[in-house]
Amino acid sequence: MTLVWSALAFWAAAWAVNAWLTRDAGRARHPVVRLAVPVIFGATILVVWELVVRGLQVPRVILPPPSMIWATFTTSLPMLWRDFVQTIVMGAMSGLAMGTLAALAVGILVDRYDGLRRGLMPVASFMAALPIVGTAPILVMWFGFGWQSKAAVVVLMVFFPMLVNVVAGLADTTAMQRDLMRTYGAGYWATLVKLRLPAALPFIFNGLKIASTLAMIGAIVAEFFGSPTQGIGFRISASNGQLAMDMVWSAILVGALAGTLVYGAIAMIEKRVTFWHPSQRG
Amino acid sequence: MRVFEDQGHRRGTVVKGRLLPVLAVVAALFALWYVAVVPMNIREVLSSAEREGAVVTPSSAVERQQVGRIALVFMNLEHIGPSWSSDRSRLPSPHQVAREIWASTWDEEVNSRRGIVQTGSLSNRSLIHHGIITLSATVVGFLIGAGLGVLLAIGIVHNRAMDMSVMPWAIVSQTIPIVAIAPMIIVVLNAAGVQGLLPKAIISAYLSFFPVVVGMVKGLRTPDAMQLDQMKTWSAGQGAVLWKLRLPASVPYLFASLKIAIAASLVGTIVGELPVQRGGLGARMLAGSYYGNTEQIWAALFAAALMAAVLIWAVGWIERRTMRAMGGQP
Repeated sequence: MTLVWSALAFWAAAWAVNAWLTRDAGRARHPVVRLAVPVIFGATILVVWELVVRGLQVPRVILPPPSMIWATFTTSLPMLWRDFVQTIVMGAMSGLAMGTLAALAVGILVDRYDGLRRGLMPVASFMAALPIVGTAPILVMWFGFGWQSKAAVVVLMVFFPMLVNVVAGLADTTAMQRDLMRTYGAGYWATLVKLRLPAALPFIFNGLKIASTLAMIGAIVAEFFGSPTQGIGFRISASNGQLAMDMVWSAILVGALAGTLVYGAIAMIEKRVTFWHPSQRG
Repeated sequence: MRVFEDQGHRRGTVVKGRLLPVLAVVAALFALWYVAVVPMNIREVLSSAEREGAVVTPSSAVERQQVGRIALVFMNLEHIGPSWSSDRSRLPSPHQVAREIWASTWDEEVNSRRGIVQTGSLSNRSLIHHGIITLSATVVGFLIGAGLGVLLAIGIVHNRAMDMSVMPWAIVSQTIPIVAIAPMIIVVLNAAGVQGLLPKAIISAYLSFFPVVVGMVKGLRTPDAMQLDQMKTWSAGQGAVLWKLRLPASVPYLFASLKIAIAASLVGTIVGELPVQRGGLGARMLAGSYYGNTEQIWAALFAAALMAAVLIWAVGWIERRTMRAMGGQP
């Protein structure tokens, strides 16, 4: 019980520190404070989790303490790395690349032909809202248990949100800009490459950010319907069956780290490529 | 009279201008589906034709494995007839899926001995029964998640410590494939004795929570300094500012994120139904995939799609009603 009380005390103390750090608006803008406050909050959750689980003697099969998850994570790194390669690199990333390229190609076509746009776009924005992850059992049946079926699920999941963003982005030029291109004597392709694709980039990156999360979800959930004996989804469902919750959480940690890394990479490339856009200027 | 004619005319062009291309695309998709059925099922169709004594071009199944599906179709054009009607096909054709949907809804409830007409309760094999299980978990989870999300957003807007400590994590959590945790939460809660609707609702609440928080914080912050100053000159307190300025300003943002949230809730519920086989559209899909019953998977998939469409439409309808009641342009 002491551990639980100390958890509560730690929570109160950390909250007081954060409240003190942010009370003054000037101090709250300091970069160190801006970093420290969320880190303190995250650390508090971990500490409280650890102390409460130990204090109340929560069974390991329900919720393991973070220290135990970390120990499992570090000791089974080689296995988790193979899971990461199987699910994220081979399944999610290849599917994301194929889906994005397909959406770009179809988006340019749709943008060129107005009839296609009016016919396809309502269908596409409808499809973008559907639970496409439900196609996973069908695609696993068609493409086998390997990474190909996961990539296929990911392609389907990312295609429609990307298409909607690409088409919206290609339409995001002003009449003045298009007129200027015309006075330069630029044809369709020159206008597309030099004006409209660059103008569409903020939308494309926005779509990519949504799509990268969807890609992870698709690749992991598809493994629940059948997979080789590695992969994050396989690890989660197999360890779940063995009630090895520390391994389940380690696999989830891999997924979380991968998701954050991919998102961060996309955000960084966006910053370098679309530096001219208002949202990127301080 | 003139006005009415004008409106009628405009509606006519809207139908011609928007509905026709959409119908054309949908028809093209179905045509593509019917064409795709042939190469997808060709191996199974040829095998059964061979069993019935027909002469198939590469005569043994082993030789046929070496030939591509599309090549097989052109070698055996006279045998492709049963493609659209074979049982246990890899890709059932649209009318087979439609028949399965009919059989597992109306037919099952009205004519079967397990149906609602015979027993007074919904059959546990009907899509309606499984759809209601999924729908109720989705709606309960969505309401919990959206409610908590709005409350947290209000807290974040009024408390800088909360804003700076919670918001970065809320944004990071968006990049994490949260659905992957769903089966584990289900099993853990099952072990702890919590069963039925609640575990799935918790997952769908969790999924709808963050979009609502992020959208709502943005919405509550839309009033600019001038509007806030105006409220101050009227000596409005924090509560009045929240109630009369921030909340009305946030409504468009709220509904935009509610539409994302309800779609996410449905995905969460369906994934949550995978590990524990106690009904729901997700359980139907997994059962279909275990027993190779593709028509059942497709029927469940269409039911889920229909449910998503209805739920999003319902949120949109409430949005339009709210905007009209608030006097804005819908």
